[in-house]
Amino acid sequence: MWRLETRSEASLAWQIATPVLAVIATMLTGALLFGLMGYDPVAAIRTIFWDPLFGASAGYSRPQLLVKAGPLILIACGLAVGFRAGIWNIGAEGQYIMGGIAGAAVALAAYPAEGWWIFPAMVVAGAFGGWVWGMIPAVLRNWFGASEILVSLMLVYVAQKIAAWMAFGPMRNPEGFGMPGSRNLGQYPSAANPEMFPGTGIHWGVIAAAFAVFGVWVLMSRHIRGLQIRAAGEAPRAARFAGVAPAALVSFCLGLSGALAGMAGLFEAAGPAGQITDGFGSGYGFTAIIVAFLGRLHPVGIVLAGLLMALTYIGGDIAQLMLQMPAATVQVFQGMLLFYLLGFDLLTRYRIRRRVTA
Amino acid sequence: MSDNAIFRAEGLSKTYPGVKANDDISFTVKAGDIHALLGENGAGKSTLVKTIYGLVRPDEGRMWVAGQPHAPTSPSAARAAGVGMVFQHFSLFDAMTVAENIALGLDNPPPRRELSARIATLSEEYGLPLKPNRRIADLSAGERQRVEIIRALLGNPRLLIMDEPTSVLTPQEAEILFATLGKLAAQGTSILYISHKLEEIRAHCDRATILRGGRVIDDLDPRAHSARALAALMVGTEMRLVDRSGRKPGATLLEVRNLSLAPQSVEGTALKSVSLQVRAGEVLVIGGVAGNGQEELLSALSGEIASPPGTVFLEGLDLSRQGPQPRRAAGLLSAPEDRLGHAAVPGFSLTDNALLTAVVRKDLAPGGMIRHRAARDFTRQVIAQFDVRTPGPETAASALSGGNLQKFVIGREVLQAPRVLVVNQPTWGVDAGAAAAIRQALLNLAAAGAGVIVISQDLDELLELGDRFSALNEGRLSAPRDTEGLTLDEIGLLLGGAHGMEAAHVAA
Repeated sequence: MWRLETRSEASLAWQIATPVLAVIATMLTGALLFGLMGYDPVAAIRTIFWDPLFGASAGYSRPQLLVKAGPLILIACGLAVGFRAGIWNIGAEGQYIMGGIAGAAVALAAYPAEGWWIFPAMVVAGAFGGWVWGMIPAVLRNWFGASEILVSLMLVYVAQKIAAWMAFGPMRNPEGFGMPGSRNLGQYPSAANPEMFPGTGIHWGVIAAAFAVFGVWVLMSRHIRGLQIRAAGEAPRAARFAGVAPAALVSFCLGLSGALAGMAGLFEAAGPAGQITDGFGSGYGFTAIIVAFLGRLHPVGIVLAGLLMALTYIGGDIAQLMLQMPAATVQVFQGMLLFYLLGFDLLTRYRIRRRVTA
Repeated sequence: MSDNAIFRAEGLSKTYPGVKANDDISFTVKAGDIHALLGENGAGKSTLVKTIYGLVRPDEGRMWVAGQPHAPTSPSAARAAGVGMVFQHFSLFDAMTVAENIALGLDNPPPRRELSARIATLSEEYGLPLKPNRRIADLSAGERQRVEIIRALLGNPRLLIMDEPTSVLTPQEAEILFATLGKLAAQGTSILYISHKLEEIRAHCDRATILRGGRVIDDLDPRAHSARALAALMVGTEMRLVDRSGRKPGATLLEVRNLSLAPQSVEGTALKSVSLQVRAGEVLVIGGVAGNGQEELLSALSGEIASPPGTVFLEGLDLSRQGPQPRRAAGLLSAPEDRLGHAAVPGFSLTDNALLTAVVRKDLAPGGMIRHRAARDFTRQVIAQFDVRTPGPETAASALSGGNLQKFVIGREVLQAPRVLVVNQPTWGVDAGAAAAIRQALLNLAAAGAGVIVISQDLDELLELGDRFSALNEGRLSAPRDTEGLTLDEIGLLLGGAHGMEAAHVAA
């Protein structure tokens, strides 16, 4: 008989080891899955995890790593703060879309004027758009006790509808020959968010992600507010006793994660995506949830997890192209990763003991 | 082996790394006896009863229950053998109801309706008012303990182990409980009774086994010895008495005027125009059975619940609308009853827990940035001055024993030099030595010119500490009376006597 025994304190070694174990288990299960589907498992794993970095076309795919990791890390940083406080923003995808739309709206309103102020104004508008979308579940929870999990999630679908409406309606490019989608901001110098150093994939969104990582680290590890946020997640009554007003905390966490997701959306709309289309939301907001947990809700972990998830995106694309694997491969991988992470997480708080039968 | 022994232990020993918790313990509990197990914290009582209840396996020694060899490998095996236990620390699920929690603790729970009926019957019969469909989260510590007692009684045990069951009851309620225990004993159920309350043991127990340092020091008839003699056997020296000298009342520090608060939850208690005054150098004690507004009063004073303007004043300053941190800045500090989860975050280190309440007065985070070194120094100071037994300031609060954590919680507030300190149940579940230290610290604080409010159900404690006494009953606070010359019976009447019992009749 095996049984679980509670550890008196969560094991630090296991906290670091479980994400690594989860990645290994995902690779093994993935290989098995691909083998059953008739692919060469070794080649498939190599294509996804090795080729993007060191393969034949790595020159193209390596910069993509930061392009994809940037928004994931930026969003995950905001989410991690809320998750630490026990406030579950599941709707970063919607806040990301609304941020992109709000930021693009500033650019499209200013078009064709040029000016240094346009891009900063877009960033502020992007953050504001995400913040508003994050504050809706916050207000509903504070006033009516509505679950922020459900409200934020449902608002994703509202945001997707708004993006489609924008792409077909108010934001449609008047010079686009009737095609859905806004003007391409990449061709509008004052509003563009281009690659800053050729071959690196670094754009303003990556810089913002770096600042967010540092900012969240300072907040959570050095600031009294971060301590109170963690207290609220672990023992709400103790946090209240320490002076944390629950409603203010809900607004802060949902507002912050919304604003960061909104900024990520703007950077994407002005940079890699270039325009608002009906399919503007690409799942970053959901993947960022996995990034936050895989990174143990710690800024440094989030950087590593963000890079890893970016790798699965790029590797999945290459696998689609080279091995004709189905497009769902990436999602399966990301899903397995979260599944294994949560499973192995058991080991940080419990140890497995063999029951001695007398 | 005598034929009427329900339980017998012979040569029980248990060694943990670095400490011999039980050392060659032998004793016998007779059928129908209420048998006391006396000893300070660390004397080995917990290990011993855990051994009997199947939670700890002894290194050496043997046990018998009703003549049958008893070597339980789990609590359910112990229950099957007829051993029941009421723990000092509760194992209840907050989100579930009383009935659901009790069902979870039974090996073969009856259908819910029948169980509720049995709970209602037992609770009335044994004087433990309890509504089966209330959620645990809304119960006070005293009410939670009643759930544990009923849960154990439902198993029809032959030997019932009770770990300080009366620590949260009024004298009248305790009398009713003892009547219950007497009834059980008369039916042949033996009670193994752990307590620090020597008078209680002398009045109600047939036999007492005294433990010190893991060994049996004596086995005697407690009625034939004075409380002082028992204490001397237990502690090894004479009991310390608290020093109440050196205090003279000064100006009024804290004033509460006509404070009324609606219940914070469906099961909560409303505060009904509560008024009180605390002067410098004075200890105001507030007695009453848990669930009569104690938690609400503490929350209204700590600032967790804001109150209407013009109700809470500290040295003339209206703090009614202020939250906990501004009140701390002004000098109004508090220590709630629940150590884990309210006074302290279980998973946080002691340093982080010190930061949570001491950040303002000790200036531990100027501009929001935490001064970790200063926080650790302050934590070390609390640990040293309040004799908190812990490996260090980075140990998690949940790793400390109840008494040690309580010393930390009280010390953390006392060392912030409050103008007024409000504490709820400061020594509940704390061993005699630590309780005396905590009480002395509260008296010293008053002697240094602070005002102190002690909310407690332990009447001995209230009389030992208090200058003036008020009773909190159904959210109403009685006018204060000088504790000088107040008797236990008078207090019992002030508290409404067995008031809680009426609630049980209404529920049933």
